[in-house]
Amino acid sequence: MEVLESPIKQVRIMLNSNYAVAYAVRDVDVDVIAAYPITPQTGVVEKLAEMLANGELDAEMIHVESEHSALSAIIGASALGARVFTATSSQGLELMHEVLHIASGMRLPLVMSVATRAVSAPINIWCDYSDLMNVRDSSWITFIASTAQEVYDTIIEAYMVAEDPRVLLPVIVAYDGFWMSHMYEPLYIAEDRSHVKALTPRRDRIKLDPLKPITMGTLVGPDWYFELKYQQVTAMKEAYEVIRDYDRVIGKAFGRFYEPIETYEIDDAEIAILTYGGIYGSLLEAVDKLRAEGYKVGAIRLRLWRPFPLNDLLRVTKGISKLLVVDRAISYGASIAGPTALEVIAALYRADSGLDVVSYVAGIGGRPVTEADFQNMFKLALKLGRRARELGTLYWGVRGVSYEE
Amino acid sequence: MKNEIRIRGVRDLPREELFAPGHGLCAGCTAGTIIRHLLKISGKNTIIVNATGCVEVSTTLYPYTSWTVPWIHVAFENAAAVASGIEVALKVLARKGFIDSSKEIKVIALAGDGGTYDIGFQALSGMLERGHKVMYVLYDNEAYMNTGIQRSGGTPLHSWTTTTPIGTILRGKLQMKKPIADIIVAHRIPYVATANIAYPIDMDQKFAKGLSVEGPSFIHVLQPCPTGWRFDPRYGIKIGKLAIETAMWINWEALEGDFKVTIRVPRRKHVRHYLTLQGRFKGLREEEIEEIQKYVDLEVERINKLVGEEVIGPRID
Repeated sequence: MEVLESPIKQVRIMLNSNYAVAYAVRDVDVDVIAAYPITPQTGVVEKLAEMLANGELDAEMIHVESEHSALSAIIGASALGARVFTATSSQGLELMHEVLHIASGMRLPLVMSVATRAVSAPINIWCDYSDLMNVRDSSWITFIASTAQEVYDTIIEAYMVAEDPRVLLPVIVAYDGFWMSHMYEPLYIAEDRSHVKALTPRRDRIKLDPLKPITMGTLVGPDWYFELKYQQVTAMKEAYEVIRDYDRVIGKAFGRFYEPIETYEIDDAEIAILTYGGIYGSLLEAVDKLRAEGYKVGAIRLRLWRPFPLNDLLRVTKGISKLLVVDRAISYGASIAGPTALEVIAALYRADSGLDVVSYVAGIGGRPVTEADFQNMFKLALKLGRRARELGTLYWGVRGVSYEE
Repeated sequence: MKNEIRIRGVRDLPREELFAPGHGLCAGCTAGTIIRHLLKISGKNTIIVNATGCVEVSTTLYPYTSWTVPWIHVAFENAAAVASGIEVALKVLARKGFIDSSKEIKVIALAGDGGTYDIGFQALSGMLERGHKVMYVLYDNEAYMNTGIQRSGGTPLHSWTTTTPIGTILRGKLQMKKPIADIIVAHRIPYVATANIAYPIDMDQKFAKGLSVEGPSFIHVLQPCPTGWRFDPRYGIKIGKLAIETAMWINWEALEGDFKVTIRVPRRKHVRHYLTLQGRFKGLREEEIEEIQKYVDLEVERINKLVGEEVIGPRID
């Protein structure tokens, strides 16, 4: 077995992203897991159940009767001070929706993995990001990983961030359903999980304790509610620097340094393509091919979705004149239908940037987005020029929809 | 059974009050009385999980609280799920040495009829099936009182609510009260009981038993509601008593499947005595009152058969 000599010694194994989540959850020594089966997330919980059955993990798993109860149960456990975990996708995340807001409002450091999937109807079990984008305003810190390695590292980082007293907000680590949840990749994990446990020490926080009784989840009227919500605004803002701190901790421990926004061939790029999740790999291939054709193009990947890394975006897009944003979710009826495109435009507006943004929606309901797709999206955007802006959002690869005249 | 508190009369109850005054429950609300008793029985080492409802909003208006024990409210339908998480966390944190395991911490879920019969039923059923050691206390005021008296699965036949008016064609709630406690018994949990605030010692004994069994327990308490049932606030206990005396309500328990009626009624009154004190049954026709009586007669017959003797006696009008 190949061993990586980093401060935390690592071994190289083959895992899909679901299993990478399970290994990370095991390594941080989680106490309570509650989850309900849904494709394509199921592998996470199956693997954790196997670890519990074999004594590889000392935790309790609650086999709840719904995702609503899954999140509710870990809220209860977390309120008692336990380190908790759940995982879901699509309809499961939708069913949790009410409780998502409660979890963040109660300032509980929960961690949840989301293998992203399209939402019904029609029912579709394949990947897009409609589920994740729907929970955008629920005050959960949200990472979107693009490899199984990053999934493993980010779950560990998620506990550090969530439990930090400067933050105390729940964290979602998302990744592509099927494209990542079911695809095996080589990655490094800690050889001795006690090292990860030591890296993520328990912190004391306010909890349910008969010796120091507190009342949690009270009724708050118009005289105080706004102030409590503003505390969440502040916590989310402050979470950015905390995340950067733990990016460095993870980097030093494992030798992998993450940025809220990752780039490729950006230094001399005139045009860039931004996306997130597993299809970033295909985008890198496309950039190589476009470069071979003589285009000065670069790639940008959004790793951190909430809090949105505004300054990182401005920094990496400084020398660029056109930015394509490829979303895999639709905000129906919006002026710009791509959720991250909308966010990027808002960020550029704040900086008074004149950067031309082209919003693409692709890959809905699990339709593949290949390097050829990225190349062709790029060429169409060049051809359309300013007209792309008038069109609002371009829906890539839909039968009967064409933007060429 | 371990830790069973012997309660023969009010003198056996601890004097200490763990439910603080100054809350916003309605005048004459019997829910406050139930909680007062509940906390006297459970003591300080208790965590309360409260579903959304009258009790939750009336006792925790920020920055005040009436609770001197740890208390949590998450949402309407998930008290049983939250309690499950707490119970499991207590186990694993004690095992890992993060909390002191020498003193048992009791977990109590507290919910009204809406949060139990209807929106919270799935989570409750799941909790019972998984066997968590949680005592679930249902305070049943037979409608959605917190939102302003709307019909629930626990509302009795022909009762007026704001969503089931007694009109010329539709006559109050057209369906029967869901037999929730029977449904809980069907989950084969160690202890299920029905109780009534007018019989506090019987109720307190049941709280004590519920807390002492290994596994889930369920205590279903009738909670007369002056606001929703339309009666003078001073009549709460009287109405609770009449519920028993007319057999509109029967206090029983099922310990490990052993079914017992705990308050026997040698001779029962006509339901009219119970109904006429309450505005929610005002305007019912004679045949509708007799229809309610007929269902009560059938239930009495069923209970007597189940016990094997006449625990609820014949009717005297």
